[in-house]
Amino acid sequence: MKLGFSPEEELFRKECADWLNAEMAGEFRDIRGITKLTASPERRKEWEQRLGEARWGCIGWPESWGGRNATLAQQVIFAEEYARAGVPGRVNHIGIELAGPTILAFGTEEQKQRFLPDIAAGKTIFCQGFSEPGAGSDLASVRTKGRLEGGEWVVNGQKIWTSLAHISDWIFVVTRTEEGTKGPKGLTFLMMPIDQPGIEIRGITQINGDAEFNETFFTDARCAADSMIGAVGEGWKIAMGLLAFERGVSTLGQQMGFRNELDEIIAAARANGAAQDPLIRQRIARAEIGLRLMRYGALRMLSNTDHSKIDGAALTYKIQWATWRRSLGELAMDVLGQAGEVTDGSTYEWGTLPNLFLYSRADTIYGGTNQIQRNLIAERGLGMPREPRGDI
Amino acid sequence: MHFVFTEEQAMIGETARALFAENATSQRTRAAMAADGIDAALWIAFCQELGLSGIGIPEAAGGAGLGMVELAIIAEAAGAQVAALPMLGSLALSAQAIAAGGSAEQQAAHLPALLSGETIAAYVHDAGLTAEGDTLTGEAGFVAHGASAQLFVVTSNTGAWLVPADAPGVTVTALTTMDQTRPYARVSIAGAAGKPLADAAAAIAAAHRAGFVTVAAEALGGAQACLDRTVAYARERVQFGRAIGSFQAYKHRLADMMIEIEQARSAVYWAACAADEGSDEAALAVHAAKSFAADTFFMCAGNMIQLHGGIGFTWEHDAHLYFKRARAIQSMLGDGNWHREQVATMILGEAA
Repeated sequence: MKLGFSPEEELFRKECADWLNAEMAGEFRDIRGITKLTASPERRKEWEQRLGEARWGCIGWPESWGGRNATLAQQVIFAEEYARAGVPGRVNHIGIELAGPTILAFGTEEQKQRFLPDIAAGKTIFCQGFSEPGAGSDLASVRTKGRLEGGEWVVNGQKIWTSLAHISDWIFVVTRTEEGTKGPKGLTFLMMPIDQPGIEIRGITQINGDAEFNETFFTDARCAADSMIGAVGEGWKIAMGLLAFERGVSTLGQQMGFRNELDEIIAAARANGAAQDPLIRQRIARAEIGLRLMRYGALRMLSNTDHSKIDGAALTYKIQWATWRRSLGELAMDVLGQAGEVTDGSTYEWGTLPNLFLYSRADTIYGGTNQIQRNLIAERGLGMPREPRGDI
Repeated sequence: MHFVFTEEQAMIGETARALFAENATSQRTRAAMAADGIDAALWIAFCQELGLSGIGIPEAAGGAGLGMVELAIIAEAAGAQVAALPMLGSLALSAQAIAAGGSAEQQAAHLPALLSGETIAAYVHDAGLTAEGDTLTGEAGFVAHGASAQLFVVTSNTGAWLVPADAPGVTVTALTTMDQTRPYARVSIAGAAGKPLADAAAAIAAAHRAGFVTVAAEALGGAQACLDRTVAYARERVQFGRAIGSFQAYKHRLADMMIEIEQARSAVYWAACAADEGSDEAALAVHAAKSFAADTFFMCAGNMIQLHGGIGFTWEHDAHLYFKRARAIQSMLGDGNWHREQVATMILGEAA
């Protein structure tokens, strides 16, 4: 058991930090420190391409696909330095963390050639089309239909909560391709170009006034027959494989974003005297401890190569960070007091901490609600009987 | 960076778990509870046959080397069985203090007997202790396994001394204690002669570090045992024609236990590893581990009783052993609020 990094790894850390800081002080200084995922999309696409050119876009990928074949420790270091340098989040995180690894694991050689280099180069932005109005927690009940017609897939239906669909180039969708099937059977995983007449995207305004998520409508939308990952009817298997990638190294970068939020709360508490309140001090200490435990939980999960047993740290990670961050939002408002409930501007736009308070209500819902997470933990982690399915 | 056990660490864990599972049975622990809270035969087996007592004590001081990670592994295994042993007072606090702060002579005079289990030491801390030269006066109300000890390591906030339990001026009163697996004694010292440890600051720091890590690891093991035993019960107990573990209200409580336990596991081994590596984070980590793991254990032990229903409230069931141990760990060596205030001070500065 070892926590420290080697001198070579520390050198690598310096290399990452130097490059990122130079970029953020130079050509991309206008996007430094942006925290909202929807801000400056065009500039951030350019940033994706800059990362790609310099081979910093997907460092964990094999070199042949545009990565650096980086070790786990190097990926950890890069994620930490990325956030430390105030670099905004990746607008192509779905492409890098979900679509890419899925294609790498399940795609054909041709699909790899076609997609991976462009994802790594920051030229193809992906979004995810899983949820539907009638398929939220119960993901397997998707109804969007796909049928093969004239050598093409033709898709009809609706997806929802498609984060960043409005700035994406491709969407992957789980479609029902076998008439009359229910649940996980009869589903197929397709990748579709977004810029086509059959796809319409409408933004959903959220409780914080922002619109990161969308409704995506498919009306005879089309994609080539070979845009399918896996075989016909294997959509559920591919989707589940993809969701397993969601707990990768990127969580450490996400945590550095949390670090910045907690630091802002600490600064606010110092400035307005809340840092003297014993109860606030207890809560800040709890938040600090929780954040550190998230880091070491993630390092345990990433260091673990024994996949024969259930990894408790991985299984509990989502609910852990989501719940922590929701509490952090509440702490932020208690530190700010009523000053957090007003904004100087004339538009309904919020600074980091009030926005954290509002946005974090989504954290305990998307990617599996806290209630679904508890079911999964009890069933997969502890072997409790599965929830019975209704037949409505 | 490789935050998983080495093969050697995994083996130590297996050895320790096997020892405690086989020997620290409910029956034997209850026999110890009815007496002085020590399963003497198990303590000798632990110290002598398996030689686990020297773990975390430098080889130069007669120990087995290794560090806090290995100490935590053992404490976790002992905690899982609520073993009635003087591991905390005699090894994690006293032997650590002597190994870190004692002179070579003091180490040679005391550590072999502590590590062999022939002598039991207890740790007596009184912030208000007065020392005229090395003549000590003070009192500590909650000395773990104090009535079983032959030797005391007595500390104030700045000094550390060795005082034999039978020294003139020392009065030891055994206290009927809620957690009978680790009964307290009141130790009154009225003008007793102490032998000062050569480096008191080092002794106190080592005792605190090892003490926090040990009780945190015990709490982790205890919490996991509460979950494991409750999961087993959830499978076998049937009500309304179904296993009670199939009810969502029940499952979600089990899940909440696991969520806290996984964080406690990260906390304990982060703290132990940071301490071993001399990391800057170690000071914060040991406070985080102690407070978090203690709260986790209490939450899990409380849930264990609730989720067992009536049987969990009986003396016959072991749930109360965990529940009482958890409560004791929350209070001892600084309560959760105190540890979190130490963390707050590190990041916010002192409160005015």
